[in-house]
Amino acid sequence: MFQYYLDLAARSLRRNKALTALMVLAIALGIGASITTLTVLHVLSGDPLPGRSGVIYYPQIDPQDLRGMSPSKEPPSQLTLIDGMNLLHAARADRQALMKGGEVPIQPEQSALDPFYVDARYTTADFFAMFGTPFRFGHAWSAADDEAKARQVVISRDLDEKLFGGANSVGRTLRISGTAFQIVGVLDHWQPNPHFYDLNTGSYAAGEQVFLPLQTMIDLHLSRDGSNDCWGNGGGGTDTLLPADTCVWLQFWVQLDSPAKVEAYRQFLVHYSQEQKALGRFQRPPNVRLRSLMQWLDYNGVVPDDVRLQTWLAFGFLAVCLVNTVGLMLAKFMRRAGELGVRRALGASRRSLFAQLLVEAGVVGLVGGVGGAVLALGGLWLVRQRSSDYASLAHLDPSMLLTTFVLALGATLLAGLLPAWRACQVAPALQLKSH
Amino acid sequence: MHLRHILRALGRHRIAVGLLVLEIAFSCAVVCNALFLIGTRLERMQRPTGVDEMHVVEVGVRSVTPGTPEATMAQTRTDLARLRALPGVSDAVVANPTLFGDSVSFSSVRLRDDAKAPSLPVAQYFGGAPLARTLGLKLASGRWFRPDEFVGYDALQNDTSAVPVIISRALARHLFPGQDAAGQTIYAFGTNRVVGVVDRLVQPMDYGAAGGYDYAMMFPVDLPYSRGTYLMRVDDPARRQAVIGQALQALKANGPLRLIAPRYATTLEAARAKYYRNDRAMAWLLVGVSLLLLLVTALGIVGLSSFWVGQRRRQIGIRRAIGASRADIRRYFQAENFLIATGGIALGMALAYGINLVLMRHYELGRLPGYYLPIGSVALWVLGQLAVLGPALRAAAVPPVVATRAA
Repeated sequence: MFQYYLDLAARSLRRNKALTALMVLAIALGIGASITTLTVLHVLSGDPLPGRSGVIYYPQIDPQDLRGMSPSKEPPSQLTLIDGMNLLHAARADRQALMKGGEVPIQPEQSALDPFYVDARYTTADFFAMFGTPFRFGHAWSAADDEAKARQVVISRDLDEKLFGGANSVGRTLRISGTAFQIVGVLDHWQPNPHFYDLNTGSYAAGEQVFLPLQTMIDLHLSRDGSNDCWGNGGGGTDTLLPADTCVWLQFWVQLDSPAKVEAYRQFLVHYSQEQKALGRFQRPPNVRLRSLMQWLDYNGVVPDDVRLQTWLAFGFLAVCLVNTVGLMLAKFMRRAGELGVRRALGASRRSLFAQLLVEAGVVGLVGGVGGAVLALGGLWLVRQRSSDYASLAHLDPSMLLTTFVLALGATLLAGLLPAWRACQVAPALQLKSH
Repeated sequence: MHLRHILRALGRHRIAVGLLVLEIAFSCAVVCNALFLIGTRLERMQRPTGVDEMHVVEVGVRSVTPGTPEATMAQTRTDLARLRALPGVSDAVVANPTLFGDSVSFSSVRLRDDAKAPSLPVAQYFGGAPLARTLGLKLASGRWFRPDEFVGYDALQNDTSAVPVIISRALARHLFPGQDAAGQTIYAFGTNRVVGVVDRLVQPMDYGAAGGYDYAMMFPVDLPYSRGTYLMRVDDPARRQAVIGQALQALKANGPLRLIAPRYATTLEAARAKYYRNDRAMAWLLVGVSLLLLLVTALGIVGLSSFWVGQRRRQIGIRRAIGASRADIRRYFQAENFLIATGGIALGMALAYGINLVLMRHYELGRLPGYYLPIGSVALWVLGQLAVLGPALRAAAVPPVVATRAA
């Protein structure tokens, strides 16, 4: 029966090519626009650490003075060096890492290459294990190396390929900002999107080429990038001077493997704040937050407003396209009132007529879906031509391709309901009489 | 022609008419809001900065091996001398941050020397003596910095002595309403006397509340090149690219191995275009979607009108046979479309305001100004008339003889 309906649908659609083309075009345009924006939204609101993000948390405490205080106020989004070191050394989480971004000059040994700057991440040993960074060669440095201010560096695969042709460079020397570092590890491709662990140095498609111990950066006065907020008389620091004690400029991440540990860590942060207040360092009552990775991204509103707006716009467009399709389908089905009347008179039930018309709508939806997928590919290509930092990430993945067809079919069937129901109401006798 | 007759005829096609009204309403609502969004983007992109952007180029230079602060400062002075000597360059200076760059720094400004006094974060610029001339800033009151007022960057950080400040007029009005700000004192880096007010100076990049975009201040600081960017004033805008090329060569030939590359050099005009690229892309996207939306709506009108014409061939024939002219038939369909469009537009206006309210709640967006509604209405009326013209002409072409035939 389905086969027969398909055959009828194909005949009917061929009979009035212009109307059919209009419907397919409307569906394809609406679906194409919606899928393009949905894909961008899907990519931008993705999980940067699939499988791990559930146990990664971002602690916040409030070391500010009493000025400008309101009860609902969020604590600062970073830590001072003192608090960062205290929390790091307390080691109350399963893993923890304190970090800062920067940019450093690299002087290749090969004279053929000019010196160049790369993004750097100054961090502590747990960074690699906590975020599950893949190593191509070698391994991370140890916590002891952190304390020893070791001149050790982990480099990205890209940098390894640029400097050493992709060979195992572990054990070799890299000159960074005038100091010789020993390469201890080479990462494989690793670029979490969004760049969750430091949203101040670009949210998307940002990735560091060198990773070295935070203490080493402090020792060598390497240049720092990103955000730095001070209060009171705090100075932001210079090339040779660290930011003052009243400046927050470090990110601190922890791994907490169970809900009980999360609760315990939250208590620890409160106790720590109370203790610091008792010591006179903190002035405010304890004001702590312990957001999970995805909550942190949400809190920071990483997905650009424009992208959300575009998604709403695209769905508004799809709605117009669907209303348009309902109208055209109504015209198409009503025009065939005579034929439907004959089928009713010959014994077809309303139900089977309805099914037949919905199959016809479904065929329009599938063809429209194919058109929509093609348009979405074109739309994403256009998005990639833009110079936004997230542009290069906009690709259609299999799940979004499936969504395309589900959306196209679902939307068209929905649009077909009213016209099909209306067309089934024809009185067979009336139609037969007038012909 | 009686509208009453048309309305009664439309009443027989309630579903189809309802759908057309709905489609026109949706289009009208989305297009009105899209036009409004395009307007706000264009307005944003055209915000003036107070800087003579067409005459300024930037060249960033980075050190490879850190030197002593004294050596870096000496290098900066010889660099600046070379840059000023280039043909067509009337001034050169080191400044931080750069307009449309990717960094901004703020200091808390207070009106009393008291850490508990209310404070306002204000974007700050540091630069050497020729900064105002290089940028082409205009003084509104007071004076420029005197040569003896310039300090080193580290002195500013460590010292709480009195560095003078020049502030933007918007900030002056905010801090000292109804008074001349020149001669007043603010507290940002220690105690800072306001020696001058410039017509306009803005944040190097949008950050935080939009209201503070034109709140900015300048401090007289001689920066080493490692802490800023070389800015040059080029007399002839046509020579800007040539000047950038010459500047890169001159800097490479002067001093130790440093990172000097075209990718760290730009005209301020290009920097502005890059800064607003997302706004421009969004505006074009909105234009594209609006056009497509109107196209789809027009196609819908053509489709349904053609269907109606086909359905009513016999009635048209009868009307022609009893004396209606071709023009009467054409006008009938045009009037019918006008009525439907009017219904759609009325519903669309309400919907447009509804969408605007939602957008206002979730995004930083103002109220939809009233004048977008007549624009949207006229657009959809014209669109409806254009779309219905084909079917109406076809209806007018139906010969009276159709009346005599069985349907």
